[in-house]
Amino acid sequence: MLSVHLILFLAFGAIALAGAINLLAQTHPINSALSLIAVMAALAGEYLLLGAEFVAAVQVIVYAGAVMVLFVFVIMLLNAGVEERTRGSRVALLFGIPGTLLGSVLIAWVILQHSATGSVTAGAWGDRVSQLSSQAVPGSPETIGPLLFHEFLLPFEITSILILIAIMGAVVLASKPPSAPVLPREGN
Amino acid sequence: MPIWPYIVASVIKSAVVLVVLLTAVAYTVWLERKVVGHIQNRWGPTRVGPFGLLQPLADGLKLLIKEDLTPPHVYRPLYIAAPLIAIIFALTSIAVIPFGNPVVVFGYSIPLQITTDVNTGLLLILGVTSIGVYGVALAGWSSNNKYSLLGGLRASAQMVSYEISLGLSLVGVLIMTGSFSLRDIVDAQAGHFWGFIPRWNIFTGQFVAFFCYLTAAYAETNRIPFDLPEAETELVAGYHTEYSAMKFAMFFMAEYANMITVGCLATLLFFGGWHGPVFGPPIVQAVLPVFWFAAKVFVFLFIYIWVRGTLPRFRYDQLMAFGWKFLLPLALVNVIATAIAVTW
Repeated sequence: MLSVHLILFLAFGAIALAGAINLLAQTHPINSALSLIAVMAALAGEYLLLGAEFVAAVQVIVYAGAVMVLFVFVIMLLNAGVEERTRGSRVALLFGIPGTLLGSVLIAWVILQHSATGSVTAGAWGDRVSQLSSQAVPGSPETIGPLLFHEFLLPFEITSILILIAIMGAVVLASKPPSAPVLPREGN
Repeated sequence: MPIWPYIVASVIKSAVVLVVLLTAVAYTVWLERKVVGHIQNRWGPTRVGPFGLLQPLADGLKLLIKEDLTPPHVYRPLYIAAPLIAIIFALTSIAVIPFGNPVVVFGYSIPLQITTDVNTGLLLILGVTSIGVYGVALAGWSSNNKYSLLGGLRASAQMVSYEISLGLSLVGVLIMTGSFSLRDIVDAQAGHFWGFIPRWNIFTGQFVAFFCYLTAAYAETNRIPFDLPEAETELVAGYHTEYSAMKFAMFFMAEYANMITVGCLATLLFFGGWHGPVFGPPIVQAVLPVFWFAAKVFVFLFIYIWVRGTLPRFRYDQLMAFGWKFLLPLALVNVIATAIAVTW
């Protein structure tokens, strides 16, 4: 008998997949962006099914709520029109679809192989993660907080530096064209 | 425990909350017209019913039977979806808000909120409200009108900017409580200092956080002094310029439902939720907490209207400078100060 859990898992999975395919099929950028929001929301549903309420909420707030709003904002601001089919895009289509299929088959094969032998993750952190995921409430804020700020502090901080670099790159790219100084000015 | 009483209770609670919420929305509009009228030395609505009390009904009827006009050259799917997104997410966020202690009916303990007590209730509200931005942004874009587009752009930029201050202003309360559950947050505020000052978060050092929250929330709900997205002197009506009849009403209802949610959250987080003096016979004792909750929310709605009748509108650069250079640092300082105070 199908459990409610499994039905919900399949439903969210179907929404995520349909959103992802629609994202590629749509030619108007705003439709693609909205499909991506559907994918994000469906992923949040999957996290919720795994018992990770905090991660699900953050997924919605950060990805569906903040990142995608900026996507939509940029599309609106630039008033981006319908995508055109060029020769380059046709070539990409020709090689991209088989390539993607091959890649996903490979990933699925690797995961299935390793889950049969019992360990999907590898390395010291991987062991720690699999050890943690066997605990009672893996996704609660009480468990995630200490993990982020004690055990995984270094990866966490490196990630934030990475984001900082991305922000600075965006500022440099968006600042005035070459006639003005390229570096962001101090103050102001 | 069988699942059906739970389902029946959920359906009944959803229906009751929805009816109460929509009535509250309608009468907040009436209250606003009345109060702003008196502030400006006018009467406000007086003709329909005593004190114009039936005005919301007349307005509702008008909006229902008005011609629903779709202008040419709009992007239809999103033009229709945008008001739906706005109203759906505005109404959804009320689902996790608790109104009082659980009541026992026929041996079942029924929590006074639509969902059961969700562990991450506060985050859920933040998530739902952050999705609500799309309603405004897409309405502005799909209308194919320069005023609508400018309104939509302003709204999305403003809401994204102030959401950060809003989130940070809540962190102080979360540090003090140690839980994301709204019920835990309220329960932590029970009791009194020296027997008479209630132990509400606003009196335990979260005043700055409350100021940040209220300011950011006004910006999030696009209300004066932050109503740039619908500044009628420059943008006609902003993002809903091209909307009429019920589609327009949906934006309107969403705005007022969001105001009520903001009032509920402020009550729960800073003003002790349903805690207040409880006395009298058992039936009065059962009703009083819900009454205190409603009374506190009413005060917030009144302040909303009061502010609208008092303050002028910000300029757009002032709005952004205020949000990023004043409110955000202030909220950050509050988080750090609270963290230091709590670890001590």
